Amino acid sequence: MLSQMLQFGFMQDALLAALAVSVLAGVVGYLLVLRAASFAGHALSHIAFAGASAALLAGWPPLPGMIGLPVLAGAAIGAIERPAGRRGGAAADVAIGLLLAASLAVGLLCLHFATGSVSAATSLLFGNILGIDRATLWVLCAVVVAALAGLAWMHRTLLFVILQPDLAEAQGVRVRLVWAGFMMLAGVAVAASAQIVGVLLTFALMVAPPAAAQRLTRHPRTGAAVSVALALAQCWAGLVASYLTDWPVSVWIVGFGVAAFVLAWAVGARLDRR
Amino acid sequence: MTDSPGEERAPQAGAAAPAAVEFAGVTLAHGRRRLVEDASFGLAQGAFVGLFGANGAGKTTLMRSVLGLERPRAGRITVFDAPARPGRAGIGILPQQRQWPAATLDLAAIALLEAAHPGQGPAIGAALDLVDGQALARRRLGALSGGERQRLLLAQALVGAPRLLLLDEPLAGLDPGAQVQIVALIDRIRRQLEATVLFSAHDLNPLLGVMDAALWIAARRVRLDAPAALLRADVLDGLYGARMQVISGEGRVVVVPAC
Ligand SMILES: Nc1ncnc2c1ncn2[C@@H]1O[C@H](COP(=O)(O)OP(=O)(O)OP(=O)(O)O)[C@@H](O)[C@H]1O
Ligand SMILES: [Mg+2]
Repeated sequence: MLSQMLQFGFMQDALLAALAVSVLAGVVGYLLVLRAASFAGHALSHIAFAGASAALLAGWPPLPGMIGLPVLAGAAIGAIERPAGRRGGAAADVAIGLLLAASLAVGLLCLHFATGSVSAATSLLFGNILGIDRATLWVLCAVVVAALAGLAWMHRTLLFVILQPDLAEAQGVRVRLVWAGFMMLAGVAVAASAQIVGVLLTFALMVAPPAAAQRLTRHPRTGAAVSVALALAQCWAGLVASYLTDWPVSVWIVGFGVAAFVLAWAVGARLDRR
Repeated sequence: MTDSPGEERAPQAGAAAPAAVEFAGVTLAHGRRRLVEDASFGLAQGAFVGLFGANGAGKTTLMRSVLGLERPRAGRITVFDAPARPGRAGIGILPQQRQWPAATLDLAAIALLEAAHPGQGPAIGAALDLVDGQALARRRLGALSGGERQRLLLAQALVGAPRLLLLDEPLAGLDPGAQVQIVALIDRIRRQLEATVLFSAHDLNPLLGVMDAALWIAARRVRLDAPAALLRADVLDGLYGARMQVISGEGRVVVVPAC
Protein backbone atom coordinates (compact mmCIF):
# COMPACT_ATOMS: atom_id res chain seq x y z
CA MET A 1 0.00 0.00 0.00
CA LEU A 2 2.62 2.49 1.15
CA SER A 3 5.13 1.43 -1.48
CA GLN A 4 2.44 1.98 -4.08
CA MET A 5 1.82 5.47 -2.74
CA LEU A 6 5.55 6.27 -2.87
CA GLN A 7 5.71 5.49 -6.56
CA PHE A 8 3.72 8.57 -7.50
CA GLY A 9 5.95 11.49 -8.41
CA PHE A 10 3.54 14.04 -6.98
CA MET A 11 3.56 12.11 -3.71
CA GLN A 12 7.36 12.13 -3.55
CA ASP A 13 7.31 15.86 -4.17
CA ALA A 14 4.70 16.35 -1.48
CA LEU A 15 6.71 14.35 1.07
CA LEU A 16 9.83 16.34 0.27
CA ALA A 17 8.00 19.66 0.50
CA ALA A 18 6.51 18.59 3.83
CA LEU A 19 9.97 17.72 5.11
CA ALA A 20 11.45 21.07 4.18
CA VAL A 21 8.55 23.06 5.52
CA SER A 22 8.25 21.09 8.76
CA VAL A 23 11.84 21.79 9.76
CA LEU A 24 11.41 25.53 9.31
CA ALA A 25 7.87 25.75 10.69
CA GLY A 26 8.78 23.59 13.68
CA VAL A 27 11.69 25.80 14.73
CA VAL A 28 10.14 29.19 13.94
CA GLY A 29 6.83 28.16 15.48
CA TYR A 30 8.59 27.05 18.63
CA LEU A 31 10.28 30.43 19.01
CA LEU A 32 7.03 32.28 18.34
CA VAL A 33 5.26 30.25 21.00
CA LEU A 34 8.10 30.84 23.48
CA ARG A 35 7.79 34.54 23.00
CA ALA A 36 3.94 34.34 23.13
CA ALA A 37 3.83 35.82 19.63
CA SER A 38 1.87 33.12 17.84
CA PHE A 39 -0.83 35.66 17.05
CA ALA A 40 1.65 37.75 15.08
CA GLY A 41 2.56 34.59 13.18
CA HIS A 42 -1.11 33.99 12.46
CA ALA A 43 -1.43 37.52 11.09
CA LEU A 44 1.58 36.98 8.85
CA SER A 45 -0.18 34.08 7.17
CA HIS A 46 -3.08 36.33 6.22
CA ILE A 47 -0.62 38.83 4.85
CA ALA A 48 0.79 35.99 2.77
CA PHE A 49 -2.68 35.58 1.33
CA ALA A 50 -2.80 39.23 0.32
CA GLY A 51 0.67 38.93 -1.23
CA ALA A 52 -0.21 35.81 -3.19
CA SER A 53 -3.47 37.29 -4.44
CA ALA A 54 -1.76 40.47 -5.51
CA ALA A 55 0.82 38.41 -7.40
CA LEU A 56 -1.95 36.50 -9.18
CA LEU A 57 -3.65 39.75 -10.11
CA ALA A 58 -0.39 40.98 -11.59
CA GLY A 59 -0.20 37.80 -13.63
CA TRP A 60 2.72 36.32 -11.70
CA PRO A 61 2.98 32.99 -9.96
CA PRO A 62 1.74 33.44 -6.38
CA LEU A 63 4.91 32.34 -4.57
CA PRO A 64 6.96 35.57 -4.77
CA GLY A 65 4.10 37.63 -3.39
CA MET A 66 3.32 34.99 -0.84
CA ILE A 67 6.84 35.15 0.54
CA GLY A 68 7.69 38.79 -0.13
CA LEU A 69 4.79 40.53 1.57
CA PRO A 70 4.91 38.67 4.91
CA VAL A 71 8.68 39.20 5.05
CA LEU A 72 8.18 42.94 4.69
CA ALA A 73 5.30 42.87 7.16
CA GLY A 74 7.37 40.80 9.58
CA ALA A 75 10.04 43.48 9.60
CA ALA A 76 7.38 46.11 10.28
CA ILE A 77 5.68 44.14 13.07
CA GLY A 78 9.02 43.36 14.67
CA ALA A 79 10.05 46.98 14.56
CA ILE A 80 6.86 48.42 16.10
CA GLU A 81 6.49 45.81 18.80
CA ARG A 82 7.88 46.87 22.15
CA PRO A 83 10.33 44.61 23.90
CA ALA A 84 8.52 42.22 26.23
CA GLY A 85 7.68 43.34 29.69
CA ARG A 86 6.55 46.84 28.96
CA ARG A 87 3.31 48.46 27.99
CA GLY A 88 1.83 48.35 24.51
CA GLY A 89 0.72 44.68 24.52
CA ALA A 90 -3.04 45.09 24.09
CA ALA A 91 -2.73 47.89 21.54
CA ALA A 92 -0.25 45.79 19.57
CA ASP A 93 -2.72 42.87 19.56
CA VAL A 94 -5.48 45.08 18.18
CA ALA A 95 -3.17 46.54 15.55
CA ILE A 96 -2.07 43.07 14.48
CA GLY A 97 -5.68 41.85 14.40
CA LEU A 98 -6.70 44.74 12.20
CA LEU A 99 -3.75 44.13 9.92
CA LEU A 100 -4.92 40.53 9.62
CA ALA A 101 -8.46 41.53 8.65
CA ALA A 102 -7.24 44.16 6.21
CA SER A 103 -4.94 41.64 4.54
CA LEU A 104 -7.77 39.18 4.00
CA ALA A 105 -9.86 41.98 2.52
CA VAL A 106 -7.08 43.07 0.17
CA GLY A 107 -6.55 39.47 -0.89
CA LEU A 108 -10.23 39.06 -1.54
CA LEU A 109 -10.30 42.18 -3.67
CA CYS A 110 -7.29 41.10 -5.71
CA LEU A 111 -8.82 37.70 -6.35
CA HIS A 112 -12.09 39.37 -7.30
CA PHE A 113 -10.32 41.09 -10.19
CA ALA A 114 -7.97 38.24 -11.05
CA THR A 115 -9.17 35.60 -13.50
CA GLY A 116 -9.64 31.94 -12.65
CA SER A 117 -9.70 32.90 -9.04
CA VAL A 118 -11.97 30.31 -7.43
CA SER A 119 -9.64 27.31 -7.45
CA ALA A 120 -6.71 29.62 -6.76
CA ALA A 121 -8.49 30.99 -3.71
CA THR A 122 -9.23 27.54 -2.34
CA SER A 123 -5.68 26.34 -2.69
CA LEU A 124 -4.30 29.55 -1.17
CA LEU A 125 -6.67 29.35 1.76
CA PHE A 126 -6.60 25.62 2.44
CA GLY A 127 -3.40 24.45 0.80
CA ASN A 128 -2.67 22.20 -2.14
CA ILE A 129 0.35 20.15 -1.24
CA LEU A 130 -0.41 17.49 -3.84
CA GLY A 131 -0.42 20.09 -6.57
CA ILE A 132 3.06 21.49 -5.94
CA ASP A 133 5.02 21.59 -9.18
CA ARG A 134 8.75 20.95 -9.45
CA ALA A 135 9.70 24.59 -9.86
CA THR A 136 7.76 25.57 -6.76
CA LEU A 137 9.30 22.69 -4.86
CA TRP A 138 12.84 23.82 -5.61
CA VAL A 139 12.09 27.43 -4.80
CA LEU A 140 10.52 26.26 -1.55
CA CYS A 141 13.55 24.16 -0.63
CA ALA A 142 15.96 26.98 -1.44
CA VAL A 143 13.99 29.48 0.61
CA VAL A 144 13.76 27.11 3.55
CA VAL A 145 17.49 26.43 3.51
CA ALA A 146 18.25 30.15 3.37
CA ALA A 147 15.89 30.85 6.28
CA LEU A 148 17.38 28.02 8.32
CA ALA A 149 20.85 29.38 7.69
CA GLY A 150 19.67 32.75 8.97
CA LEU A 151 18.21 31.13 12.08
CA ALA A 152 21.37 29.16 12.73
CA TRP A 153 23.37 32.35 12.46
CA MET A 154 21.26 34.31 14.95
CA HIS A 155 19.93 31.60 17.25
CA ARG A 156 21.98 32.47 20.32
CA THR A 157 21.14 36.12 20.29
CA LEU A 158 17.57 35.30 19.43
CA LEU A 159 17.11 32.98 22.40
CA PHE A 160 18.68 35.61 24.64
CA VAL A 161 16.26 38.26 23.38
CA ILE A 162 13.23 35.97 23.62
CA LEU A 163 13.92 34.56 27.06
CA GLN A 164 15.64 37.52 28.73
CA PRO A 165 14.69 40.72 26.92
CA ASP A 166 15.67 42.98 29.83
CA LEU A 167 19.08 41.42 30.18
CA ALA A 168 19.69 41.42 26.47
CA GLU A 169 18.88 45.11 26.33
CA ALA A 170 21.21 45.83 29.24
CA GLN A 171 23.96 43.94 27.44
CA GLY A 172 23.63 46.32 24.53
CA VAL A 173 21.88 43.84 22.21
CA ARG A 174 19.75 45.62 19.61
CA VAL A 175 16.62 43.88 20.79
CA ARG A 176 14.24 45.32 18.22
CA LEU A 177 16.56 44.71 15.32
CA VAL A 178 16.98 41.06 16.31
CA TRP A 179 13.23 40.63 16.73
CA ALA A 180 12.48 42.30 13.40
CA GLY A 181 15.02 40.04 11.71
CA PHE A 182 13.38 37.01 13.25
CA MET A 183 9.91 38.15 12.23
CA MET A 184 11.14 38.37 8.63
CA LEU A 185 12.19 34.74 8.88
CA ALA A 186 8.79 34.02 10.42
CA GLY A 187 7.26 35.54 7.28
CA VAL A 188 9.20 33.02 5.19
CA ALA A 189 8.13 30.15 7.45
CA VAL A 190 4.49 31.19 7.25
CA ALA A 191 4.58 31.41 3.46
CA ALA A 192 6.20 27.99 3.27
CA SER A 193 3.63 26.50 5.65
CA ALA A 194 0.84 28.02 3.62
CA GLN A 195 2.10 26.03 0.64
CA ILE A 196 1.25 22.90 2.58
CA VAL A 197 -1.88 23.64 4.59
CA GLY A 198 -3.02 27.01 3.24
CA VAL A 199 -2.98 30.40 4.92
CA LEU A 200 -6.02 29.75 7.09
CA LEU A 201 -4.54 26.61 8.62
CA THR A 202 -0.88 27.56 9.15
CA PHE A 203 -1.67 27.88 12.84
CA ALA A 204 -2.08 24.11 13.00
CA LEU A 205 1.37 23.56 11.50
CA MET A 206 3.25 26.39 13.22
CA VAL A 207 1.64 26.44 16.64
CA ALA A 208 0.25 23.01 17.45
CA PRO A 209 3.60 21.15 17.24
CA PRO A 210 5.60 23.67 19.30
CA ALA A 211 2.83 24.03 21.86
CA ALA A 212 2.81 20.26 22.25
CA ALA A 213 6.62 20.13 22.40
CA GLN A 214 6.54 22.81 25.05
CA ARG A 215 4.64 20.56 27.41
CA LEU A 216 7.08 17.70 26.95
CA THR A 217 10.48 19.26 27.52
CA ARG A 218 12.17 21.87 29.68
CA HIS A 219 14.99 22.83 27.35
CA PRO A 220 14.60 25.10 24.33
CA ARG A 221 16.86 23.18 21.97
CA THR A 222 15.19 19.86 22.73
CA GLY A 223 11.85 21.62 22.46
CA ALA A 224 12.63 22.93 18.99
CA ALA A 225 13.73 19.46 17.89
CA VAL A 226 10.58 17.82 19.26
CA SER A 227 8.53 20.51 17.57
CA VAL A 228 10.15 19.74 14.20
CA ALA A 229 9.61 16.01 14.67
CA LEU A 230 5.95 16.52 15.51
CA ALA A 231 5.38 18.86 12.57
CA LEU A 232 6.97 16.37 10.21
CA ALA A 233 5.04 13.42 11.65
CA GLN A 234 1.84 15.42 11.36
CA CYS A 235 2.45 16.24 7.68
CA TRP A 236 3.58 12.81 6.58
CA ALA A 237 0.85 11.04 8.52
CA GLY A 238 -1.57 13.49 6.97
CA LEU A 239 -0.37 12.59 3.46
CA VAL A 240 -0.74 8.87 4.15
CA ALA A 241 -4.16 9.27 5.73
CA SER A 242 -5.31 11.39 2.84
CA TYR A 243 -4.05 8.79 0.37
CA LEU A 244 -6.02 6.11 2.18
CA THR A 245 -9.23 8.08 2.69
CA ASP A 246 -9.16 10.53 -0.21
CA TRP A 247 -10.01 13.36 2.19
CA PRO A 248 -8.15 16.66 1.73
CA VAL A 249 -4.62 16.47 3.16
CA SER A 250 -5.01 19.65 5.19
CA VAL A 251 -7.90 18.15 7.12
CA TRP A 252 -5.70 15.31 8.31
CA ILE A 253 -2.72 17.53 9.07
CA VAL A 254 -4.84 19.80 11.22
CA GLY A 255 -6.53 16.83 12.85
CA PHE A 256 -3.22 15.20 13.77
CA GLY A 257 -1.93 18.55 15.03
CA VAL A 258 -4.86 19.00 17.37
CA ALA A 259 -4.59 15.40 18.54
CA ALA A 260 -0.85 15.73 19.25
CA PHE A 261 -1.50 18.91 21.20
CA VAL A 262 -4.21 17.35 23.37
CA LEU A 263 -2.10 14.27 23.95
CA ALA A 264 0.94 16.33 24.92
CA TRP A 265 -1.11 18.25 27.45
CA ALA A 266 -2.29 15.05 29.04
CA VAL A 267 1.25 13.67 29.16
CA GLY A 268 2.64 17.00 30.36
CA ALA A 269 0.14 17.10 33.21
CA ARG A 270 1.33 13.67 34.34
CA LEU A 271 4.99 14.76 34.11
CA ASP A 272 4.19 17.77 36.29
CA ARG A 273 2.69 15.58 38.99
CA ARG A 274 5.85 13.52 39.34
CA MET B 1 30.67 32.09 55.77
CA THR B 2 32.71 34.91 54.39
CA ASP B 3 36.43 35.33 54.11
CA SER B 4 36.31 38.89 52.85
CA PRO B 5 38.68 41.20 54.72
CA GLY B 6 37.35 41.77 58.21
CA GLU B 7 33.82 41.86 59.48
CA GLU B 8 33.51 45.63 59.59
CA ARG B 9 30.63 47.21 57.70
CA ALA B 10 31.14 48.31 54.16
CA PRO B 11 32.13 51.95 53.76
CA GLN B 12 29.32 54.32 54.57
CA ALA B 13 27.85 56.41 51.80
CA GLY B 14 29.70 59.66 51.58
CA ALA B 15 32.93 58.16 52.91
CA ALA B 16 36.16 58.71 51.04
CA ALA B 17 36.07 55.38 49.15
CA PRO B 18 35.68 55.83 45.38
CA ALA B 19 32.07 55.62 44.22
CA ALA B 20 30.73 52.66 42.29
CA VAL B 21 27.97 54.80 40.82
CA GLU B 22 28.06 58.57 40.59
CA PHE B 23 25.22 60.88 39.58
CA ALA B 24 26.10 64.51 38.88
CA GLY B 25 23.19 66.88 38.31
CA VAL B 26 21.11 64.20 36.62
CA THR B 27 17.62 64.81 35.26
CA LEU B 28 15.60 61.84 34.07
CA ALA B 29 12.38 62.11 32.09
CA HIS B 30 9.99 60.11 29.96
CA GLY B 31 8.69 62.35 27.20
CA ARG B 32 7.66 65.56 28.88
CA ARG B 33 7.36 63.97 32.29
CA ARG B 34 10.30 64.65 34.53
CA LEU B 35 10.83 61.94 37.10
CA VAL B 36 14.04 63.07 38.72
CA GLU B 37 15.59 66.52 38.73
CA ASP B 38 19.17 67.51 39.39
CA ALA B 39 20.16 64.38 41.29
CA SER B 40 23.69 64.21 42.64
CA PHE B 41 24.99 61.39 44.78
CA GLY B 42 27.59 58.65 44.85
CA LEU B 43 27.14 55.03 45.89
CA ALA B 44 30.17 53.84 47.84
CA GLN B 45 31.82 50.65 46.65
CA GLY B 46 30.68 47.64 48.62
CA ALA B 47 27.67 49.43 50.11
CA PHE B 48 24.18 47.97 50.40
CA VAL B 49 21.90 50.80 49.31
CA GLY B 50 18.13 50.64 49.55
CA LEU B 51 16.19 52.51 46.84
CA PHE B 52 12.75 53.75 47.78
CA GLY B 53 9.94 55.72 46.20
CA ALA B 54 6.22 55.46 45.55
CA ASN B 55 4.90 53.60 42.51
CA GLY B 56 5.90 55.53 39.43
CA ALA B 57 8.49 57.63 41.27
CA GLY B 58 11.19 56.42 38.91
CA LYS B 59 13.07 53.63 40.69
CA THR B 60 13.14 51.37 37.66
CA THR B 61 13.98 54.31 35.40
CA LEU B 62 16.87 55.25 37.68
CA MET B 63 18.26 51.71 37.53
CA ARG B 64 17.91 51.67 33.77
CA SER B 65 19.81 54.93 33.61
CA VAL B 66 22.70 53.31 35.49
CA LEU B 67 22.69 50.67 32.76
CA GLY B 68 22.77 53.38 30.12
CA LEU B 69 19.32 52.41 28.84
CA GLU B 70 17.77 55.76 29.76
CA ARG B 71 19.72 58.83 28.70
CA PRO B 72 19.70 61.63 31.26
CA ARG B 73 18.25 64.92 30.00
CA ALA B 74 20.96 66.67 31.91
CA GLY B 75 23.95 65.72 34.00
CA ARG B 76 26.30 62.77 33.96
CA ILE B 77 26.12 59.21 35.25
CA THR B 78 29.39 57.45 35.95
CA VAL B 79 29.76 53.75 36.73
CA PHE B 80 33.18 52.65 37.94
CA ASP B 81 34.79 55.81 36.59
CA ALA B 82 33.37 55.45 33.09
CA PRO B 83 30.17 56.89 31.61
CA ALA B 84 27.11 54.63 31.90
CA ARG B 85 26.39 52.75 28.70
CA PRO B 86 24.76 49.44 27.80
CA GLY B 87 26.92 46.34 27.68
CA ARG B 88 29.31 47.20 30.51
CA ALA B 89 30.80 44.15 32.17
CA GLY B 90 30.64 43.63 35.92
CA ILE B 91 27.00 44.61 36.43
CA GLY B 92 24.43 42.03 37.49
CA ILE B 93 20.75 42.87 37.19
CA LEU B 94 17.52 41.46 38.48
CA PRO B 95 14.78 43.16 36.49
CA GLN B 96 11.48 44.03 38.11
CA GLN B 97 9.23 40.99 37.94
CA ARG B 98 7.24 40.87 34.76
CA GLN B 99 4.58 38.55 33.52
CA TRP B 100 6.30 35.50 32.08
CA PRO B 101 4.85 34.15 28.84
CA ALA B 102 3.17 30.84 29.70
CA ALA B 103 5.54 28.92 27.44
CA THR B 104 8.58 30.22 29.32
CA LEU B 105 7.21 28.76 32.53
CA ASP B 106 7.49 25.30 30.97
CA LEU B 107 11.27 25.68 30.74
CA ALA B 108 13.84 24.86 33.39
CA ALA B 109 15.42 27.92 34.97
CA ILE B 110 18.82 26.72 33.81
CA ALA B 111 17.64 27.27 30.23
CA LEU B 112 17.08 30.95 30.98
CA LEU B 113 20.50 31.26 32.56
CA GLU B 114 22.16 29.57 29.63
CA ALA B 115 20.33 31.80 27.18
CA ALA B 116 21.67 34.87 28.95
CA HIS B 117 25.17 33.51 29.48
CA PRO B 118 25.96 31.16 26.61
CA GLY B 119 29.01 28.99 27.09
CA GLN B 120 29.52 30.02 30.70
CA GLY B 121 28.65 26.74 32.39
CA PRO B 122 31.15 27.03 35.28
CA ALA B 123 30.19 30.63 36.05
CA ILE B 124 26.51 29.63 36.02
CA GLY B 125 27.25 26.75 38.36
CA ALA B 126 29.12 29.06 40.74
CA ALA B 127 26.23 31.53 40.73
CA LEU B 128 23.75 28.75 41.44
CA ASP B 129 25.92 27.60 44.32
CA LEU B 130 25.81 31.10 45.81
CA VAL B 131 22.03 30.88 46.10
CA ASP B 132 21.97 27.14 46.79
CA GLY B 133 19.94 26.68 43.63
CA GLN B 134 21.57 23.77 41.78
CA ALA B 135 18.64 21.41 42.34
CA LEU B 136 15.97 24.04 41.69
CA ALA B 137 17.46 25.09 38.36
CA ARG B 138 16.48 21.87 36.65
CA ARG B 139 12.85 21.96 37.67
CA ARG B 140 10.09 23.51 35.63
CA LEU B 141 10.04 27.27 36.26
CA GLY B 142 6.26 27.28 36.63
CA ALA B 143 6.45 24.65 39.35
CA LEU B 144 8.65 26.78 41.65
CA SER B 145 7.41 28.95 44.47
CA GLY B 146 7.89 32.71 44.23
CA GLY B 147 10.80 32.60 46.66
CA GLU B 148 12.55 29.80 44.80
CA ARG B 149 12.09 31.58 41.50
CA GLN B 150 13.49 34.78 42.98
CA ARG B 151 16.58 32.92 44.16
CA LEU B 152 17.19 31.64 40.65
CA LEU B 153 16.72 35.09 39.15
CA LEU B 154 19.21 36.32 41.69
CA ALA B 155 21.61 33.60 40.59
CA GLN B 156 21.41 34.87 37.08
CA ALA B 157 22.39 38.35 38.27
CA LEU B 158 25.42 36.78 39.92
CA VAL B 159 26.92 34.99 36.92
CA GLY B 160 30.46 36.24 36.42
CA ALA B 161 30.76 37.64 39.97
CA PRO B 162 29.68 41.23 39.18
CA ARG B 163 30.91 44.21 41.20
CA LEU B 164 27.59 46.04 41.01
CA LEU B 165 24.16 44.48 41.57
CA LEU B 166 21.02 46.31 40.46
CA LEU B 167 18.11 44.50 42.06
CA ASP B 168 14.68 45.87 41.19
CA GLU B 169 12.12 44.86 43.80
CA PRO B 170 13.41 41.39 44.53
CA LEU B 171 10.98 41.12 47.45
CA ALA B 172 7.79 41.67 45.46
CA GLY B 173 5.29 38.91 46.10
CA LEU B 174 7.28 37.14 48.82
CA ASP B 175 6.00 36.25 52.28
CA PRO B 176 7.74 37.94 55.24
CA GLY B 177 9.91 34.93 56.02
CA ALA B 178 11.10 34.63 52.44
CA GLN B 179 11.76 38.39 52.34
CA VAL B 180 14.09 38.18 55.32
CA GLN B 181 15.86 35.18 53.80
CA ILE B 182 16.40 36.87 50.45
CA VAL B 183 17.74 40.02 52.07
CA ALA B 184 20.14 38.00 54.25
CA LEU B 185 21.23 35.99 51.22
CA ILE B 186 21.93 39.11 49.19
CA ASP B 187 23.82 40.68 52.05
CA ARG B 188 25.99 37.59 52.43
CA ILE B 189 26.68 37.39 48.70
CA ARG B 190 27.53 41.08 48.57
CA ARG B 191 30.24 40.56 51.19
CA GLN B 192 31.50 37.46 49.45
CA LEU B 193 31.78 39.23 46.09
CA GLU B 194 32.60 42.63 47.60
CA ALA B 195 29.89 44.04 45.38
CA THR B 196 27.87 47.21 45.61
CA VAL B 197 24.13 46.57 45.88
CA LEU B 198 21.34 48.88 44.80
CA PHE B 199 18.12 47.28 46.01
CA SER B 200 14.68 48.79 45.39
CA ALA B 201 11.76 47.99 47.65
CA HIS B 202 8.46 49.35 48.86
CA ASP B 203 8.61 48.04 52.39
CA LEU B 204 11.71 49.31 54.10
CA ASN B 205 11.38 47.12 57.19
CA PRO B 206 13.17 44.05 55.79
CA LEU B 207 16.14 46.26 54.85
CA LEU B 208 16.42 48.30 58.04
CA GLY B 209 19.06 46.19 59.74
CA VAL B 210 21.02 45.51 56.59
CA MET B 211 21.36 48.55 54.38
CA ASP B 212 24.23 50.99 54.79
CA ALA B 213 22.43 53.85 53.09
CA ALA B 214 19.05 54.76 51.73
CA LEU B 215 18.41 56.44 48.39
CA TRP B 216 14.93 57.78 47.97
CA ILE B 217 12.91 59.60 45.37
CA ALA B 218 10.16 61.93 46.55
CA ALA B 219 8.70 64.83 44.60
CA ARG B 220 11.37 64.42 41.89
CA ARG B 221 14.18 64.92 44.39
CA VAL B 222 16.65 62.16 45.09
CA ARG B 223 18.33 61.96 48.46
CA LEU B 224 21.03 59.66 49.70
CA ASP B 225 21.44 59.44 53.44
CA ALA B 226 21.93 57.11 56.35
CA PRO B 227 18.90 54.86 56.89
CA ALA B 228 18.11 56.69 60.11
CA ALA B 229 17.41 59.87 58.14
CA LEU B 230 14.62 58.05 56.36
CA LEU B 231 12.92 57.20 59.63
CA ARG B 232 11.58 60.67 60.32
CA ALA B 233 7.80 60.93 60.12
CA ASP B 234 7.82 63.84 57.66
CA VAL B 235 10.27 62.10 55.33
CA LEU B 236 8.21 58.92 55.36
CA ASP B 237 4.97 60.82 54.75
CA GLY B 238 6.54 62.41 51.68
CA LEU B 239 7.85 59.07 50.49
CA TYR B 240 4.64 57.12 50.78
CA GLY B 241 2.14 59.94 50.36
CA ALA B 242 0.38 58.75 53.52
CA ARG B 243 0.79 59.25 57.25
CA MET B 244 3.40 56.87 58.55
CA GLN B 245 4.52 55.96 62.02
CA VAL B 246 7.85 54.71 63.32
CA ILE B 247 7.58 52.22 66.17
CA SER B 248 10.64 51.14 68.11
CA GLY B 249 11.01 48.54 70.78
CA GLU B 250 12.99 45.43 71.65
CA GLY B 251 15.96 46.95 69.87
CA ARG B 252 14.15 47.15 66.55
CA VAL B 253 12.46 49.80 64.48
CA VAL B 254 9.36 49.21 62.38
CA VAL B 255 7.59 51.54 59.97
CA VAL B 256 3.82 51.18 59.63
CA PRO B 257 0.97 53.29 58.26
CA ALA B 258 -0.55 55.43 60.97
CA CYS B 259 -4.27 54.91 61.18
N1 LIG C 1 9.15 53.56 28.45
C1 LIG C 1 8.40 54.48 29.06
N2 LIG C 1 7.77 55.43 28.35
C2 LIG C 1 7.02 56.37 28.93
N3 LIG C 1 6.82 56.46 30.25
C3 LIG C 1 7.42 55.54 31.03
C4 LIG C 1 8.23 54.50 30.48
N4 LIG C 1 8.69 53.74 31.49
C5 LIG C 1 8.18 54.27 32.62
N5 LIG C 1 7.42 55.35 32.35
C6 LIG C 1 6.74 56.20 33.35
O1 LIG C 1 7.71 56.75 34.19
C7 LIG C 1 7.27 56.73 35.52
C8 LIG C 1 8.28 56.03 36.39
O2 LIG C 1 8.30 54.65 36.05
P1 LIG C 1 9.22 53.64 36.83
O3 LIG C 1 8.92 52.29 36.27
O4 LIG C 1 10.61 54.10 36.81
O5 LIG C 1 8.65 53.76 38.31
P2 LIG C 1 8.96 52.88 39.58
O6 LIG C 1 9.37 53.78 40.67
O7 LIG C 1 9.87 51.78 39.23
O8 LIG C 1 7.51 52.31 39.91
P3 LIG C 1 7.07 50.91 40.55
O9 LIG C 1 7.22 51.04 42.01
O10 LIG C 1 5.64 50.80 40.18
O11 LIG C 1 7.92 49.85 39.94
C9 LIG C 1 5.90 56.09 35.52
O12 LIG C 1 4.94 57.09 35.61
C10 LIG C 1 5.83 55.39 34.23
O13 LIG C 1 4.52 55.39 33.74
MG1 LIG D 1 9.76 49.78 39.14
